[in-house]
Amino acid sequence: MKSIFNYYKSIFLALRSLWQGMKLTGYYFSHPKKMLVQPYPENRDTLVIPSRFKGNLTLIHDAENLHACTACGICEINCPNGTIKILSKMEEQEDGKKKKVLDKWVYHMGLCTFCGLCVDACPSDAIAFDNTFEHSAYKSTTLNKVLNNPGSKLKSTVK
Amino acid sequence: MLLTITLADIIHSIDTWLNQTLSPNLALAAELVLGGLAIIGLVIVMAIVMVYAERKIAGFMQMRYGPNRVGKWGSLQAVADVLKLFMKECLTPKNADKLMFAIAPFLVTAVSFMTFAPMSFAPGVQFWDINIGVFYIASVSSLSVIGILMAGWASNNKYALLGAMRSGAQIVSYELSSGLSLITIVLMVGSLSVKDIIMSQGDLWWIFKGHIPAVVAFVVYIIASTAELNRAPFDLAEAEQELTAGFHTEYSGMQFAMFFLSEYCNLFVLSMLAATVFLGGWMPFHIPGLEVFNHLMDYIPGVVWFFGKTFAIIFLIMWFRWTFPRLRIDQLLKLEWKYLLPVSIVNMVIAAIITLMNWFL
Repeated sequence: MKSIFNYYKSIFLALRSLWQGMKLTGYYFSHPKKMLVQPYPENRDTLVIPSRFKGNLTLIHDAENLHACTACGICEINCPNGTIKILSKMEEQEDGKKKKVLDKWVYHMGLCTFCGLCVDACPSDAIAFDNTFEHSAYKSTTLNKVLNNPGSKLKSTVK
Repeated sequence: MLLTITLADIIHSIDTWLNQTLSPNLALAAELVLGGLAIIGLVIVMAIVMVYAERKIAGFMQMRYGPNRVGKWGSLQAVADVLKLFMKECLTPKNADKLMFAIAPFLVTAVSFMTFAPMSFAPGVQFWDINIGVFYIASVSSLSVIGILMAGWASNNKYALLGAMRSGAQIVSYELSSGLSLITIVLMVGSLSVKDIIMSQGDLWWIFKGHIPAVVAFVVYIIASTAELNRAPFDLAEAEQELTAGFHTEYSGMQFAMFFLSEYCNLFVLSMLAATVFLGGWMPFHIPGLEVFNHLMDYIPGVVWFFGKTFAIIFLIMWFRWTFPRLRIDQLLKLEWKYLLPVSIVNMVIAAIITLMNWFL
């Protein structure tokens, strides 16, 4: 008797759980306002990208065209794909000492997986990801970028 | 009055005009050709509408838009897909059984077109009123498994063969419970003819009139027909993750399109059958005793009722597809042999008792 009862109970429980699933998809179907997908090219102007999104890698420059990169090369060592090349040069300071300064911050976006290890490793927080995401290009060489602005200098506060 | 012209009147005037202008035999031949063209046109239009509806429904149920680039709201997407398939080459694998490989899609499509013959689309619109209509549809629609097995066998591909064998096991076992649930209503009507079944629902549809057995039979029929159609959650025959595409893995171009067409055609036919047997076909919704309401319902043409009910059931089956996860093969067979078949046998016995005692509403 108990087994017969359990048999019918299992049928009703199955129908109830099926109905729960159908209720959820039916709710999504009847509420198109709750859509998660963005109609992208149409809403490009109003599109909000979360601030933690890893878009384009940038070397942060302030208003006086100063950056914080000491050309230490820790980001280059930390990059798993060899995306980053730090080209440095020796420059004579005012007090006569020679010091290593940044010449070119070369970034090959075609190799980048946007893991963010370079940003985590930077001791002076010189680099960061911004929100831009439209990276498509006709040639792979377009993706090879030099991140430091021409004529930019190291901030005096950074040692 | 435009509203009083029905589909039957148009067909009747074409019939009389053909008989006046041509000899009787030629008129019959012309009518057969016209009827065939009408069915092909109906199926192609419905398949395009259903493919578009399916993709839109899938999108909305998964919180995305679905096709929205070709035409207004993506409405021409299905047409563009058909044009693309027309232009593709029909490839045949090197070691395939060439004849069987070529015949299989035609067989599947022809079988699904044949099931339209005893369908009644509107009052007086029916190609062939045979006294075994429901039996004919059930038996002919299950022939498509032969085409599927041929396609799977001839492809010389392990995925195709596995998919075809699964499909065979599935259709053969689910035929039983879908047949038994149709028999439940046939018992109450006392006739297998589609016309008689529709005419018997003039006062109330069978799903309301037949008490609990009719409701149970309807649920069982919907589950079993979803399985016969090889649609999710029973799409083991073409489980993408395991079998790439099942029995039509090796097909491309128009041969693939014919499998696709027959799949949607079968969906349409089984939904039409469910609408005819359980929901009264083209019969408007009547409540015994409410004269004004019944007259108002009579103003809506039979074609609208019929296609409305059919699309309601198609929507239900699509809703299943985009909600439920796929079953394993052992779960699938367990569901049929341990649950659906005993339930529908018991249900049929109860329906027989109700019919004998004449306990209808």
